[in-house]
Amino acid sequence: MNSLLAYIPALPLLGFIILSLFGRRSPKPVIAWVGAGTVCLAALITIAVGVAFMQSTPANGAYSQLLWSWFRVGALSVDINLRVDALTLVFIFIITFVGALIHIYSAFFMWHDRDMARFFASMNLFVCSMLLLVMADNLVLLYLGWEGVGLCSYLLIGFWYEVPSNSRAANKAFLITRIGDTALLIGLFLLFKELGTLNMNAIQQQAPQHFTTGSADIVLITVLLLVGGMGKSAQMPLQTWLPDAMAGPSPVSALIHAATMVTAGVYLIARMHGLFLLSPVTMAIVAIVGAVTLLVAGCSALAQTDIKRILAYSTISQIGYMFLALGVGAWSAAIFHFFTHAFFKALLFLAAGVVIEALHHEHNIFRMGGLRKRMPEVFITFLAGAAALSALPLVTAGFFSKDAILWYSWSSAGGTSVLWFMALVGAFITALYSTRLMLVVFWGEMRTPVHQQPDRGMVIPLIILAFFSITAGFIEWPHNMLHLSLFSDHVQQVLPATVMKRDLPSEWLFQAIATVITLTGVYIGYMLYYGKSGVRWQQSPPLAATRDFFFSGWKFDQLYNFLFVKPFLFLTRVNKSDVIDKLYNGIAQAGLRLNGWFSVSQNGSLRLYIVGVLAGILFIITLQLLL
Amino acid sequence: MTDSANMVLMVATVLFALGLVGVLTRKNVVFMLISVEVMLNAAGMAFIAAGSKWQQPDGQVMFLFILAMAAAEVSVGLALVLQIYHQHKTMDVEDLKELKD
Repeated sequence: MNSLLAYIPALPLLGFIILSLFGRRSPKPVIAWVGAGTVCLAALITIAVGVAFMQSTPANGAYSQLLWSWFRVGALSVDINLRVDALTLVFIFIITFVGALIHIYSAFFMWHDRDMARFFASMNLFVCSMLLLVMADNLVLLYLGWEGVGLCSYLLIGFWYEVPSNSRAANKAFLITRIGDTALLIGLFLLFKELGTLNMNAIQQQAPQHFTTGSADIVLITVLLLVGGMGKSAQMPLQTWLPDAMAGPSPVSALIHAATMVTAGVYLIARMHGLFLLSPVTMAIVAIVGAVTLLVAGCSALAQTDIKRILAYSTISQIGYMFLALGVGAWSAAIFHFFTHAFFKALLFLAAGVVIEALHHEHNIFRMGGLRKRMPEVFITFLAGAAALSALPLVTAGFFSKDAILWYSWSSAGGTSVLWFMALVGAFITALYSTRLMLVVFWGEMRTPVHQQPDRGMVIPLIILAFFSITAGFIEWPHNMLHLSLFSDHVQQVLPATVMKRDLPSEWLFQAIATVITLTGVYIGYMLYYGKSGVRWQQSPPLAATRDFFFSGWKFDQLYNFLFVKPFLFLTRVNKSDVIDKLYNGIAQAGLRLNGWFSVSQNGSLRLYIVGVLAGILFIITLQLLL
Repeated sequence: MTDSANMVLMVATVLFALGLVGVLTRKNVVFMLISVEVMLNAAGMAFIAAGSKWQQPDGQVMFLFILAMAAAEVSVGLALVLQIYHQHKTMDVEDLKELKD
């Protein structure tokens, strides 16, 4: 099994190389087969590795394959070493499996695009980088993957680069995530300075001896790692890039900005849990960041009209849940929510892509409507995704993962009633905007005619994802209902079990409250949007102002514009002729001035020269006589 | 012996001063060249005097050097003077300020 690991990232890399070298001249079927085929093969290998892993857990709990030594400088030696343990297995499964479905879908979705080869080359490179990120056994290799996915995200957001706003969105995503990346890099430097190694296992083992719990060093390092995660995972206050990143094609949004890349922050924190557990302060910050983000993004999703922006804010909000779970120490619940979220959010984005294509690139949900009858397969699958997103009890995967997070946000040692309450409000909002999205797009009268039905090849991935959106939750039940916890048993080979409070109220009570809240959200959404077009928001000025505030994403863009962009532009305007340049210009000026003075003596008069020589001789002789 | 050396040195000094004044005051390039020759000969005379004072042949060797050098210098100098005259039709250094920056 060990020797198979390298093929998982190598196959997409091969696809990238083939497509970027020969893609321009290749016919479309070749591009599609190479682009989607390599990822499908990687998925098959991953499943084979996963089955072998399940059957007999390897020694040390992980498969690993040393490919070669990357570099060796002094005490630091970095290897290209792939390592697959229980946590990585979950991530590579999602990346390759969901990635393969999205690639198949893209083969049809991008068929008419003239840059199809560039699209698949970037997608394959993305899959390769993301796999490297999660399979790396040291943080340097992880950082390589981390930057690789950032690059691919940039390339794919700006895929249709002829439209200036798309390029701007790509730049914004790149620059804002760069803030996080820089923090992460500084964190890695500090970690290396303290521990002298960047190997994850070594860090995990040495950290408890080296750091005292809550010391300034460990707090600083974990906060820097957290900021890195916040940038990639679009958490407050670095969340503003993700809604704009919807400028990319829909499969890109599904793969990169919903299922995989944006959860890199979750992976990083889960992988570095040994460090985070040593710093309770950072854990509390992680939980608060998650809780605040899920509320802010949820409210923003309520007011959006662009179908993809609704889903983008919803993604931010769901990753907020994952951060909340990480922060309260519910490690396996966070990874479980990642697992289910990847299915239903990829599904929702792909289905949204189908809807947008079918309606002549119409993004505004209020110009859609009535698609229930016209596009039945898309309707059914979208319904499954939206139900999972709003966590309808017992029948959807989203319920099982979100319920676990809600429960742990109260009951775990790090949980508090405030966090629980925020998560509950978030659940209500999620149900409300999911219902709104569903009703406005699929019910009501038809406002834009459907001009094409989706290809079969696009519907099949939707159906597979819908199947998993419903059933993926059944592998992990709440403890009070059924003693079935395959998922947490699996990931707890790597991640510590959640520490619980004592003397807790019954879990049934919490489930009942969450269920009631979710159903209330759905019901209120139904009341507000069924049969009407939901224009009530605009009728009274305070509500309209609130709507505009939510619509703009809580005015974060304006705030950053005011705090950073404006002062920076002001400084550049003031400092138009660079202050530093004054020094160099001054040297040149002084040279010219001296030249002016001395060239007076160069007047061509022979006798003056002789006088000069004589004066010089006299000066030297006098000097000699005197001294 | 010392006195005669001193006398010769004084003559050489006077000769040098004459040459110097000639260079500084003359406007004609040819006369300036002659004045330079006078100064060279003054230097050569000082060498002879010094050589005979310490009974060393070096002074006379140096004078032979100066003689050879002066001959070369005069040939180059006169060639330059000829060219100057051809080009500017004048011998006055005050008119030859083309080297001015």
